[in-house]
Amino acid sequence: MWRFLGQRFLQMVITLFLFQAATYFLIDAQPGDIADLLTLDPNIPPNERERLRAELGLDRPPVERFFKYIGNFYRGDLGVSFQEYPKPVIDIIEERLPRTLVLFLSANLVSFWVGFVSGKILAWRRGGWIEYTSTIAGVTLYTVFLPWFGLMMIWLFAVTLDLFPAGKFLSPINWLTAPVNANYIFIRMTISAFIALLIAFIGTLLSNRLEPRHRLGARLVSFIVPLAGLVYYWQTSEFGALAWDITSHLILPILTLTLYAYAGTMLITRTSMLETLREDFIFTARAKGLPEKVVRDKHAARTALLPVWTGLIFSLPAALGGGIITETIFSWPGIGLAYLQAAVVEDIPVVMGILTIIGILTLISHLIADIGYAFLDPRIRYH
Amino acid sequence: MTATTTPDATISIPEVPLWRARLLMALSSLRSSWAMFAENPIGLIGLGVIVFYGLFAAAHPILMNTVWDPVVYDPVNGFDIEIAFHPSAPSMRHPLGTDVLGRDVLSQLMFSTRYEFALGMLAALATSIVATTIGAISAYYGGVIDLLLMRLADLVYMMPLLPILIVLGALMDIGMIELAIVLGLLFGFGGTAIVVKSQALSVKVKPFIEAARIAGGSDFHIIFKHMVPNLLPISLLYMMFTVNTAIAYEAILSFFGLTTIEMSWGLMINVTQVFGYLLRFDTWWLLFPASIAITTLCAAFYLVGRALDEVVNPRLRRR
Repeated sequence: MWRFLGQRFLQMVITLFLFQAATYFLIDAQPGDIADLLTLDPNIPPNERERLRAELGLDRPPVERFFKYIGNFYRGDLGVSFQEYPKPVIDIIEERLPRTLVLFLSANLVSFWVGFVSGKILAWRRGGWIEYTSTIAGVTLYTVFLPWFGLMMIWLFAVTLDLFPAGKFLSPINWLTAPVNANYIFIRMTISAFIALLIAFIGTLLSNRLEPRHRLGARLVSFIVPLAGLVYYWQTSEFGALAWDITSHLILPILTLTLYAYAGTMLITRTSMLETLREDFIFTARAKGLPEKVVRDKHAARTALLPVWTGLIFSLPAALGGGIITETIFSWPGIGLAYLQAAVVEDIPVVMGILTIIGILTLISHLIADIGYAFLDPRIRYH
Repeated sequence: MTATTTPDATISIPEVPLWRARLLMALSSLRSSWAMFAENPIGLIGLGVIVFYGLFAAAHPILMNTVWDPVVYDPVNGFDIEIAFHPSAPSMRHPLGTDVLGRDVLSQLMFSTRYEFALGMLAALATSIVATTIGAISAYYGGVIDLLLMRLADLVYMMPLLPILIVLGALMDIGMIELAIVLGLLFGFGGTAIVVKSQALSVKVKPFIEAARIAGGSDFHIIFKHMVPNLLPISLLYMMFTVNTAIAYEAILSFFGLTTIEMSWGLMINVTQVFGYLLRFDTWWLLFPASIAITTLCAAFYLVGRALDEVVNPRLRRR
């Protein structure tokens, strides 16, 4: 196991280096740079542009710049943004990344749970109109043009029903007299929600060990108690109103993403369940006379969880790709929006910084996915 | 001259040219695959939608040459001078209304369809050529070549696709053909190559490969004449998934205004956004037709892909 991890770590470092090199030179090979954009005004003399290029280090050869960048990167320095000079890139990422991750993690956790349960049941009851309707509805939702879907959600929930605000991270009017900044409250919200979720998760695990007739009640309690605790904590806190402001802005993007991700999970689970149901061990389990529900939930679903687990883990690095679309529609100031704005004005340090962070997240999630396989499918072993 | 009287000529098999025998075999396997595909209404629905869009695209040049006046109905440069205010609501003259610049929405929608098809097909073709070649070579040679190609595939697979495309689109001019080739190469080198290679590994150990090698076939001959034909079904399957992904990415890039395509579904929505009509739901005809077209065409290709999956993958079959 340790040898496996060591090898994987070495591979990861090499892959990250290659990834950085590939993206750096790909971006560098494009014509033009930010100096051209900043000096678009014809009244600016050309030597001023050259001076700006020299100041930003853009006049050095690409290979030298790349190795300088890599050297600084491993010392923890990601450079400064050209666009918001002299704001360090790491500050931008620190501010924006949690917002995107919270959006995607909450949407994905809900959609994967619901999608797995419903996909499992759909595969079990194959044939008939349920299968066809659910597949066509699922595929349509899966391939839906996401900007349009987001706009539909805004139209329905924000414009027609007027339940939630239509976009943005907060309503500035509520924050004029606020003693702390939004990120401080957002981080505290995230941590408290995470603790509540952890308690609920442990409670569910413990309740599975109880006798079947107590199980349902114990599960309900383990969900309601942390939720009530969370609500009580923010109700009594002095920042309760501010936290609610952020939450109300959070609900609509999460709902959109949950529906969008749900379809994918449901379809993957269904296919994977259908493949698993052909395996010999399912046949054996049925021949032993086990109840259908046990065969479905204990024998088939656990193996069928593999591709779903991969999907869940890989949705983390995909958060950037999906984030660009969702965050544009909902004007959510996350990392995707920061990336899009930086890419359009050729703010290379920010683009590289965000791509590198996403690259690291991808590598870590691949590792977690591989380790998870060994737990889910006893036939998989790493030596 | 009468027939020769050598003994072996009397037990001759019927004279069928080799190409005809191959054609008949291909037709019969096609027929049985079709029977399996047609069993599944999901695939047929998808195919129906694709055929509908094919006819939709084909109808545009006919309409332009007969009914529609090119000055008014041209999808890129047209303008209807008889209507005072654009965008105008759907009417008899313009079944889906006109856009902000006074162009007919239905005409734009039909005109763009052929480009969406061309983009999808080109990307899918590039993907399947690259992925099949890489997969077959990697599985056949193994060793260092396999290691290098597969690590390259891992690297490409790891690339966040949309962010990379956005950087490319922001920094250089990307048209339809460039986009198709970039998408084709990224898909072909990445995930698809990994899938095709795992299939190629199981083809490599089949006896006919061994026989071909004993008969003295060169590596090139074995890979392209014996392995690649057996990889075509799975390659075709991934072609379908490439088509719908390519169309979706084109729509998103055009929506952000990062391509130099003169007219496409994504661009129609981009124009709506640029002129500030995106959140005005009273002018629904500027947003809905193009979005629904993107969604349904992508869904149709995906449905056909899923139905093909049940034909190609025996573990998903009903019986």
